[in-house]
Parts: sequence; structure tokens; C-alpha cells
Amino acid sequence: MSHEIPVVARGLVKTYGEVVAVDNVDLTVEAGDVFGYLGPNGAGKTTSLRMLLGLIRPTSGSAHLFGRDPLVDGARAMEGVAGFVEGPRFYPYLSGRRNLQLLADYDGGGARTRIDEVLDIVELRDRAKHKVGGYSHGMRQRLGIAASLLRSPRMLLLDEPTTGLDPAGMRDMRALVRRLADEGITVLLSSHLLTEVEELCNRVAIIRKGRILYEGTLAELLATASEQYRLRAVEPDRARLVCLAHPGLEDVQLDGDEIVFRANEEAVAALSIALGQARVGFISLAPHSTSLEELFLGMTESDPGDASTVQEAAA
Amino acid sequence: MHGVATVYRWELIKLATQKRTYLGLGAAVLVPIAFVIALAVQKGAGPTDVPLGRTLRDTGLATPFVVLFFLSIWGLPLITALVAGDIVASESQNGTLKTILTRSLDRGQIFAGKTLATLTYMAAAVVAMAAVGLAAGWIAWGLHPLTSLSGTTVPVGHSLVLLGESLGIYAIALAGVAAFGLMLSTVTRNSAASVVGTLMFALLMQLLGVLPGTESIRPYLLGTQFDAWHGFLRTPADWTPVVRALWVCALYIGTPLVAAYMVFLRRDVAGE
Repeated sequence: MSHEIPVVARGLVKTYGEVVAVDNVDLTVEAGDVFGYLGPNGAGKTTSLRMLLGLIRPTSGSAHLFGRDPLVDGARAMEGVAGFVEGPRFYPYLSGRRNLQLLADYDGGGARTRIDEVLDIVELRDRAKHKVGGYSHGMRQRLGIAASLLRSPRMLLLDEPTTGLDPAGMRDMRALVRRLADEGITVLLSSHLLTEVEELCNRVAIIRKGRILYEGTLAELLATASEQYRLRAVEPDRARLVCLAHPGLEDVQLDGDEIVFRANEEAVAALSIALGQARVGFISLAPHSTSLEELFLGMTESDPGDASTVQEAAA
Repeated sequence: MHGVATVYRWELIKLATQKRTYLGLGAAVLVPIAFVIALAVQKGAGPTDVPLGRTLRDTGLATPFVVLFFLSIWGLPLITALVAGDIVASESQNGTLKTILTRSLDRGQIFAGKTLATLTYMAAAVVAMAAVGLAAGWIAWGLHPLTSLSGTTVPVGHSLVLLGESLGIYAIALAGVAAFGLMLSTVTRNSAASVVGTLMFALLMQLLGVLPGTESIRPYLLGTQFDAWHGFLRTPADWTPVVRALWVCALYIGTPLVAAYMVFLRRDVAGE
């Protein structure tokens, strides 16, 4: 059973009346992945995750966790899976430990024996006897991780786990996710923070207005952008003519006093010779390293005619 | 079954930790105490126009029956609605429903555990009211044989049996209110609306029963079933209202519970 793929979602659609919150989403998370599900707020991330967890019914499409469909198999589909959407929620009038005891009983098995262990992992053991109503946001997030770990999951599904945390809290949370991933837990992490995904994830899916724009490895995504170069020349206009005439260069554009184009390394090397032969002096010719952030913004804001963002109807 | 038992146990623990539970149970025990004190202080005749009202000062055994009558109109329905209307809706509002639905128990088990916990609370309120009423009446007027609705004298021991039977059939009628509250709680996802709506439903059932022109449907209203226990207090016992209450209440309990169960199994659990 451990050979089953942690997440296979195909053609997931969720509409709320006229609003299409999630539009034909395919997701595949392989065992061992730290999968970043990236998109601006309201793009449909949380709605997708709710469908994966069986909390809401897809309008169409299907989701399987380790080969099980939550709509068909009910709670059995959650075997080996743990996580939370939209921030973990607990009974405020019960203590942290009491909340975990309740959830451990709902999990069955030996979950109760792991309570101290998971409280230690998230460093909440000394506050466990206090009511959750008095917990800070960060403590609740950590208790959420603890509650997930009670299930000894093979996959963790975390919805923006660092949202609302202070910088130290974010750092600690990311270190914790990193550590859990290193222990072999597959992680599906939604985020609107690029640095977070860059830091933690090996694979990403980018969603915007309910649609997946990209799914693949981070390295591949960054590689598509690294073919861009910038040229600064003494005489930009003449340099531009050389570039336009040079084979292997695409999308040649003047950007201020710089020329921007896309090309592979051979074409760039040939260009430097061509510029010399044409007696156009250049000051710099360098690859323009696009950050994930620029890529992300480019993808998610690439439709200037439609500036409105899809509101996540369920949120 | 194990899953349902787990949910049931934790629902009781959660009820025991929440203020509204004690608000309900507190009201259920304070009303009979206040009632007995008021009657003990004033020397008038007391409520002569209610069943067993004339015999109130003869024996403490009459007290729980009379209080039962007064609380049927809105007291016990409100006490029941406080929890029934809240038990699912509050978890929707707090977002804890998604927390417990992503563990290893099925939705059906969660719903069954919540239903059983609601009925347990409701039964506890009825029993607490009767026990405190009996104790208060005992202190005020002693424990003497009860005069039945047929005018016969019922020994203390048998009166207690009749009280138990009466509470049983009364609780079944009250479960109709609880079931309606659970349905509203599940469907509306709003605790306050469900509590108020449930109380409105109970009041409407009472109101329909006193409006002129409703005589033909009166035997089948939920409010009427709150008086079914009168049958036990006749000699010989009149089983007609009791048997009717059993099947009528089965409909009032079953219909909303099945509806709520279906909704709970399929509903989207999203943020509010």
C-alpha cells in the first residue's frame, strides 16, 4: 500500500453558483516530495485542499490519497494522511493536551501514547495544560502540527502554515517542516510566499484563478527563465540592430538603455563576437537571473485585461 | 460502535466543560425550587386549574408532575434547544468540525455520537428537574400518597413508579424538540439561529394546540404529547395517549434526524 501515490487529483472542479473557485485542477504529489502549492490569495488553493481532504465535494473530478477516494472510502481515505486547512482549529475551552487526547481517541490505535512526543516536537509541552483559548496564533499553528503528527502520517497537508507568524515563528515552522520532510514524510504545502516555497519545496504547482499554470520541479521552472540575457552597450540602437539580425536570439527588446533577449549560451557567445566585428562596444552581457518571485508575478499577473481576482467563495 | 462510543464520551466531556450546559441544567433545577418556595410562602390555593394542582400541598409527590406541566410550554424546550441547536452549529462556526472530520472517524459516527449526547443532556435535565422538585416538595409538604387524576389514592411506592413512567414518555416527546434542534443546528450552521428556531418550533406546536379549529390535528401535534403522561395517572391507566405519543413522537424524532443525518453526511465543510 505504501507504493500508492500520495496525491492524485484529476480534473477537480468546484463552483459556487457562478463563481468557479477551482477549475479543472490536476495535481500529483509523489512520495518524498515537498510539494509547494503556490498562488495568490483567493486563487483556489484552500478549496483544492478541502476537496483532497473530503471536507467538500468536488463539482466534478476526483481526488485520491494513497489510492483512496475520500468521497467513497470516508475516513479510511485519511489513513496515513494528516493536516489542516485554513489554520488549525481547536476547542478553546479545552487545554492543548485535552484537545490532543480527543483527536488521538478519534484516530484510534496508539495515538494517545504519542501525545508527549508530539508536544515535545512542537515545543508546547509546558503550555499543554493551558486552555487553547489563551494560545497565541503561533502556538495554535504548532498545536496543529502536533495534532497532525499524532497520526504518524506518511503525508502532511499544510495550508499556509506560516501565515500570521512572526519572523522567528516562520523560521521555526519552516525548520520543522524541513525536518519532517527529511524524516521521509511527504509534504503538500500551500503558500502565497515564494521564499517559503523556494526554501522548502522540490516540486511546485502554481495556481491562479482556480487554474494550474505550471506543475513541475522548481529547477525546471527556474531554467525556463534563465535563458534571458541583458546587454548594455555604448550605442544601444546599433547594438539592438546587431541583436535583431543575429540568429538564435528571441524576444529582443529595448528596456531602458539595456537590450533584453532570450537565447541559449552558444548564441550568446556568438553574439559577443558579432558585436566586436560590428565594432559595437558593450559594457556588460550577462544572464538575467529571474527569481521565482518574478516568474510567479509574471505568471499570476499576466492577464492585464482582467485585473480582478477570483474570490474564494468558500473563504 | 466503538467510534460512536468515543464521540459520545467526548461530547459529554465537552458539554461538561461548557457554560451553556450548566445554564440549562441550572434552570431545570432552579424552577422547581422557586416554585415550591413561592407556594410555601403564599398561603393561597395555588394552581388549581392544572393536573394535580389541587393536591400540591397534600404531598411532595405532586410537585414534579406540576412543574413538568409548567415547563412543557417553553422551559424544557428551551433548555433542550440550548444544546441541541448548538452541538453541530458551534463546531461549524468554530471550525472544529473540519478538525474532527479529518481524523479516522466517519461522519455518521460523529453525528450519532452528537445525537446521543444531546439526548443524554436532555434526559439529565428532565431527571434533575424531577428529582429536585420531588426533594423540594418532600421538604415542604412531606411524602404522602398521591391522589390520581381519577381521584383514587396511589401509595407512595407506586406513585414513584408512575413518576418514572411519566418522565419517560415526557422525555420521548422532548426528544422531538431535540431532533428538530439537531436538524436546524446541522442545516443552518448557526448556533443562535438554531436555538431560537427550535424554541419557535416548540412554541408553534403549543400554539397550534390551543387555536380554535385545530381540534382534528391536535392529537398529532408534538405539544399534545407532552401531556401523554396524564394517562399513567388515571385508574386504570389510560394507554391511548401513551401509545399515540409513542408513534407520533417517533415521526417527530425520526424525520428531522434522518434529514439532518443526510445533510451532515454530504455537506461541504468550509470556513464560515
